[in-house]
Amino acid sequence: MDTFTDRTWLWFAATLYLTGFVLGTVALLRDRRHSRAWMYLLITAGFIIQTVGLSLRGKALQGCPITNIFELFQFTAWSATSLYLVIGPTFRLSLLGYFTACLSASLTFVSLVMPAWDAVRRMKIPGGSPWIEFHAALAMFSYGVFALLALTSIMYLLQVFSLQRRHLRGFFSFLPSVVDLDHISYRLLCAGVVLMSAALSVGYVHWIHDRESVPFYKILITGSIWATYSVALVLRWRGILITKRLAWTCIALFGAALISLGPINASRNKTPTTPAAPTASQP
Amino acid sequence: MSDPSTPTLFTLGASHHTTPIELREKLALTADKMALFCTRLNQLAGLREYAVLNTCNRVEFYGYATSAETVENLQREFCAFQGFSDAEFSAIRQHALDRDAIQHLLEVSAGLDSQMLGETEILGQVKDAYAAAQSRHSVGPVLNRVFQKTFQYAKHVRTHTAITEGQISVANVAVDLATKIFGNLANAHILLLGAGEIGDKTAKAFQSRGARSLTVASRRLERAQELAATFNAAALPFEQWPTQLAHSDIVVCSTAAPETVVTAKAILNAMKKRPARPLFLIDLALPRDVDPAAAEGENVFLYNLDDLAKIAEENLAARTTEMIRAREILTEKANLLWSQISKNAPAANRLNAPT
Repeated sequence: MDTFTDRTWLWFAATLYLTGFVLGTVALLRDRRHSRAWMYLLITAGFIIQTVGLSLRGKALQGCPITNIFELFQFTAWSATSLYLVIGPTFRLSLLGYFTACLSASLTFVSLVMPAWDAVRRMKIPGGSPWIEFHAALAMFSYGVFALLALTSIMYLLQVFSLQRRHLRGFFSFLPSVVDLDHISYRLLCAGVVLMSAALSVGYVHWIHDRESVPFYKILITGSIWATYSVALVLRWRGILITKRLAWTCIALFGAALISLGPINASRNKTPTTPAAPTASQP
Repeated sequence: MSDPSTPTLFTLGASHHTTPIELREKLALTADKMALFCTRLNQLAGLREYAVLNTCNRVEFYGYATSAETVENLQREFCAFQGFSDAEFSAIRQHALDRDAIQHLLEVSAGLDSQMLGETEILGQVKDAYAAAQSRHSVGPVLNRVFQKTFQYAKHVRTHTAITEGQISVANVAVDLATKIFGNLANAHILLLGAGEIGDKTAKAFQSRGARSLTVASRRLERAQELAATFNAAALPFEQWPTQLAHSDIVVCSTAAPETVVTAKAILNAMKKRPARPLFLIDLALPRDVDPAAAEGENVFLYNLDDLAKIAEENLAARTTEMIRAREILTEKANLLWSQISKNAPAANRLNAPT
């Protein structure tokens, strides 16, 4: 079917994420613990379908689908979800699936309902090097890690709030422990910084050979985000930036990282672009 | 009403609802007495099947007899065995037949009839009672079915209602809060300031939930050593507790000191040495042992006796609300089970139809 485009798949995926979020909310409102297995299943199904949608895009682009704001949001949601699917069963953090479904549903739906974000698509890899694409994909994956870090930070703040204000029943009773959330946040922060460092290293190798290809403000923005996360990691390691201050920092930094996608994307619009046309699953 | 001449499913006994502890002590069956009494019950005419639930809060007989008359004989036999007045027992006894007997067993097993509403230990005790009855071959097709379905329904109620959610004793509320902070308590170090009864109970609650590392500090060192020996813990002279503060994750305070023992400054100093690790202060003393200003510290969680009691009360209120739902479910299940049993009973032993 020609009408079954990549966007159709992405709509299906967004709907599955939203279903997970809605079912989780209903269970929580009824003071019940939602089934972790069902949540995992819904998110897995959403992830698989989103992978199909993004693969179709990638196939049409002959590269990683991170060429406009729409795709950047989709890829961030995809990265966060894939990470959840790996760490979710390992750490068995209650409600992490629910929050992941909420984040993925938000990012995917927002990107889908903003036609302007997907109006223009670049058809060539900037600089013509697959390493640059690897750099961009790795950087976006680190954004996915930071997205999950923002979620665990929100959960941490909610748990601390519940313990300090003695609101222990209902939704709050299902949150993971403070120490567990702190540990997972620390690990995510480490993983995010390592991934972003690797991404920037790859980008740097390309940049020193072709300094004109990347505008200064893009280097400034991505460098600032990397540096701030790195400083946060060092301060956490030294026991200076901890607890609520660390959680707020991680949330604010992820907000800044999301906002930075606009200017970063704009910086790449020097490269050839084409009006976006939906990519059919079957030609 | 059951016809007194037809086979009857029954429950007979006394529980905390009607019987004060002094009388329950007299009615309780020790292991030796239980064995002896069961040999007598085996010979009781008309008693086809039986099981005995004997806990600190109740002594109850569940049985299947040829007539209601047998139940009265069982009571007389029991009172004679225990040297208890039959008339006095009649005044405190809880007695139900057929569908109501099933309903009673279901409510007991699901914790609805317990002193601590929704407690789960009782289900294990009912299982033990059934296992003991099986081993002495005193249960048959009727009670086998009743007990097996009871376990299934009790589990169903626990899963589908919030009857067991939220702790309702101060010690267990404290442990629950600790798990919200630390998750697994196996790696948490607990410092006990004061070796009184409430500290003892709280330490027991922590140990039952996996806490392994415990230090007891008391003004009476011998008392601290005594309590520490119970928990395989370390004892400390009271004046040395500040040295342990920075190494402790949970501090349980229950001293009889008239003034503040744990100052905000002491907490602040301890937290400087362990800023990333939370500190949970449980102040069970009156007057309070911990300076309330300590709660201002980052990563410090302070709960006093009032806070814990309030949470326990809220949890109990929530369980009480859930009890209505749980009882509705069990009534439905009791009706179903009773209709199945009364239909399936052999014609000669036909049980009474539901009334």
